[in-house]
Amino acid sequence: MVTSDIYKKEYDVIVVGGGATGAGTARDCALRGLSVLLVERNDYSTGATGRNHGLMHSGARYAVTDGESASECISENMILRRIARHCVEETDGLFITLPEDDLQYQQTFIEACQRAGIRADRIDPAEARRIEPAVNPDLIGAVRVPDASIDPFRLTVANLLDARLHGAETLNYHEVEGVMINQGRVEGLKLLNKHNGEHVEVRGRVVVNAAGIWGQRIAQMAGVGISMFPARGALLIFGHRVNNMVINRCRKPANADILVPDDTVCVIGTTSDRIPIETVDDMRVTREEVDVLLKEGVKIAPSLATTRIIRAYAGVRPLVASDDDPSGRSISRGIVCLDHAKRDGLEGFITITGGKMMTYRLMGEIATNAVCAKLGNTAPCVTASQPLPGSEGDGADERDAATRRYSFGQRAAIGRHGSLAARIEKDNDIDNALVCECEGVTVGEIKYAVRQLHVHNLVNLRRRTRVGMGTCQGKLCSCRAASLLGELNHDVKGAQEDLAAFLDERWKGMRPVAWGDTLREAQLTASIYEGLCGLDQAVSLEGKEDMQ
Amino acid sequence: MAERMQICNLSENNFEQCTKCSICTTVCPVAAVTTDYPGPKQAGPDGERYRMKDPAYFDKTLKLCLNCKRCEVACPSGVHIADIIQQARMRATEGHRASLRDTLLANTDLLGTVANLVAPVANATLGLSPTKLVMDSVMAIDKHRTFPAYSRQKFTTWFKRHAAQGQDAYAHHVSYFHGCYVNYNFPKLGQDLVKLMNAMGYCVHLLDKEQCCGVALIANGLYKQARRQGRTNIDSIRKSVTRDNRVVLTTSSSCTFNMRDEYPVMLDIDNADVKDSITLATRFIYRLVDEGKVKLIFKQDYKRRMAYHTACHMQRMGWQLYSILLMRMIPGLDLVELEQECCGISGTYGFKKENYERSQAIGSALFKSIEEARVEAVATDCETCKWQIEMSTGLPVENPISVLADALDVEATMKANGVVVSF
Repeated sequence: MVTSDIYKKEYDVIVVGGGATGAGTARDCALRGLSVLLVERNDYSTGATGRNHGLMHSGARYAVTDGESASECISENMILRRIARHCVEETDGLFITLPEDDLQYQQTFIEACQRAGIRADRIDPAEARRIEPAVNPDLIGAVRVPDASIDPFRLTVANLLDARLHGAETLNYHEVEGVMINQGRVEGLKLLNKHNGEHVEVRGRVVVNAAGIWGQRIAQMAGVGISMFPARGALLIFGHRVNNMVINRCRKPANADILVPDDTVCVIGTTSDRIPIETVDDMRVTREEVDVLLKEGVKIAPSLATTRIIRAYAGVRPLVASDDDPSGRSISRGIVCLDHAKRDGLEGFITITGGKMMTYRLMGEIATNAVCAKLGNTAPCVTASQPLPGSEGDGADERDAATRRYSFGQRAAIGRHGSLAARIEKDNDIDNALVCECEGVTVGEIKYAVRQLHVHNLVNLRRRTRVGMGTCQGKLCSCRAASLLGELNHDVKGAQEDLAAFLDERWKGMRPVAWGDTLREAQLTASIYEGLCGLDQAVSLEGKEDMQ
Repeated sequence: MAERMQICNLSENNFEQCTKCSICTTVCPVAAVTTDYPGPKQAGPDGERYRMKDPAYFDKTLKLCLNCKRCEVACPSGVHIADIIQQARMRATEGHRASLRDTLLANTDLLGTVANLVAPVANATLGLSPTKLVMDSVMAIDKHRTFPAYSRQKFTTWFKRHAAQGQDAYAHHVSYFHGCYVNYNFPKLGQDLVKLMNAMGYCVHLLDKEQCCGVALIANGLYKQARRQGRTNIDSIRKSVTRDNRVVLTTSSSCTFNMRDEYPVMLDIDNADVKDSITLATRFIYRLVDEGKVKLIFKQDYKRRMAYHTACHMQRMGWQLYSILLMRMIPGLDLVELEQECCGISGTYGFKKENYERSQAIGSALFKSIEEARVEAVATDCETCKWQIEMSTGLPVENPISVLADALDVEATMKANGVVVSF
């Protein structure tokens, strides 16, 4: 459907927010036969969805402090292994006790896991060193749990794809400017189309506010109050994997106590700091955060002290005040679904928040149940059993093809797109040529992403394919990818600006860790693009709207 | 705190110091002639990140790597790119059975022992076109290749019969790791070395026990056997160095590089205590001359125009200068230094049918420059480069030691070094 038609239609439900929760809600609504529109102010998964560990919790981390979250996690964990196979890597996880930790806590931990239904096997430190050689060899205890690694970008895209397959429409780069209310009932939204600066309206019978930490603003526009407590967490990405299992500290959750192997890299995090709601768009990582992450990280895996850090990033957890506490000080860690008709007397408006990326599907189910109750829809939720696009079948065909026939780039693509990789063109040398050498992204994969996965610029492309996410942070691939995008979109000048903006975005993440080899890398990139190609002369980024 | 902790990145093979500058790929002889091979950067540091995630990401095209190490020479960041590739191959193939052909090609000493016994028959048979066709079709050894001729007498046999007794006559002592080529194919090179060293007043001894260095075993995936033989060699070398105080000389750049640099990386053999005592004879002799410890006097009437080809492993060690400078001391030798390019044979690589065309394509630039140099012969420190260049250009190829021995005025040299034979 062309965008102008979307503006004319009336939908059953409009979902605000293109993170995992919004995408999951849109998918669930679409699967239950509702007509759905999802709007997102930036690219999909730009908020907390794309700014976490990429950890598929077993729930063990919450077992001692929050049994309910732990149970939710393990149940969703098992579901995601089935429905989102291509986004999940079944690594398992360790909870290690170091000499400075209390070994007594291990017993408490195991019992709490058992109560929550999480398999937790105490293993010998020697066995832990054997199955995960990167672990701190001084450990005095270890427990094995079904943690895993998950790619939130892929997960979000897969949900959006399925939503669209079932009739949903999606608009990214459309920012909510106002909520249209008529006689106590929400009728639609006023949007700014950030592509062309046009102010438009969309109509729906129910609006679901799934905007994460930005949900407070959306609620404000609807005249209802939600108190959010932004908790900021910073993380560091290392150039390659040192570990192949998730490693956690077996103690009360604290700073930098989880190391997750994510695709080709590993990520240590997080810090946790309460920040004022006004500052949630500032994602810069500070020197102090880097220091804390490193200092604690090397306790988990000593080799981190000598492994190159390629980037730092931060995200904001959307924690919500409990509704039953008028002081607003008590924070709910769990999923919060607010029907504002009951709570505030505003019909047609639902907020789904709290929770975790990990429980996005359950949040979608809860929100959709609330929507269906309003619309009188009685269709059952099937998202727990119906596999996402890319995870159909048992994966045997893909594995077989991957090990036998395909080139490196094609295999990497199968890892990213699962069964959908079959749609990537690979019949000639050009389609098989690598654009991103670090991450094995081919010309064919980029064409596929541009045509199928809502790619407007290089940053979008990065989130869909991993272009520019490797060791060189876009040095070699960004000009090739920009050239391809320029060709596919027939916009050479735009491609130049996009290239400059992309390199700028890459540098922002490198800057907090710009020493040693990362600094050399950045220096070489600058020499090539500015010194040699004069990109800074050709394009000025000043005053440009940030379209990331 | 953070800076101190991250003062340098030390992971194996300096893998993460790669800044993806791609210089290695521009010097890779294989990537230059085929798009099937992704080049050292992709095959090495890039691929390694994926293999660390899952060994199943091993790319079969890695077997196209020559292990010429030109990528490592070019790398401005000190990444051991070829080591990364070779180790990945080792991890992917260790435990697999090597094919009959690969086993045969790799076992240079076994093949040599048998062939020496029946040298005239072996030489004649291996050269016959029916034999070549059978080897081509059944064994996949390319029909264009000729096996180096086998000698009727092994170098060690000659040494024991004709040279060993004399090796107490001089003041200085060295050991000699002759390698398979000298022993089975071309004893003259070993004889030339003995002649040269003796003229300078150095006695030459064999090691207690020498086995094939294993360079071909490693290249063909026979790691276990290579490790066994490598240990034997290093044990013998250690005895020579510590017990007898004798440096170990070699005349093959590949054996030398293998024992010095590949043993610890590929075979996990610790050679740190003796590495510095394993050296090519040209380097040893050049240093002696340079320090004024010995003098070389050459024949007045010697006149020749030759070209010098730097073997890849020679370049990796950075030792070509020793051979070149030493040969430049010969007044009658007009020496042309060729551009440093790979000849394409890379040991047993070029013998394999599937590699033949690629092998010749890689070497074509070198062959052309040899042709243009208009020389009578070519000098190089590697025996497999010799076979390749001889086959591809028709010119004779000699080891610099043989060139020196040929040009040497033995009596004058002995006199100049005060060598008195007293047996």
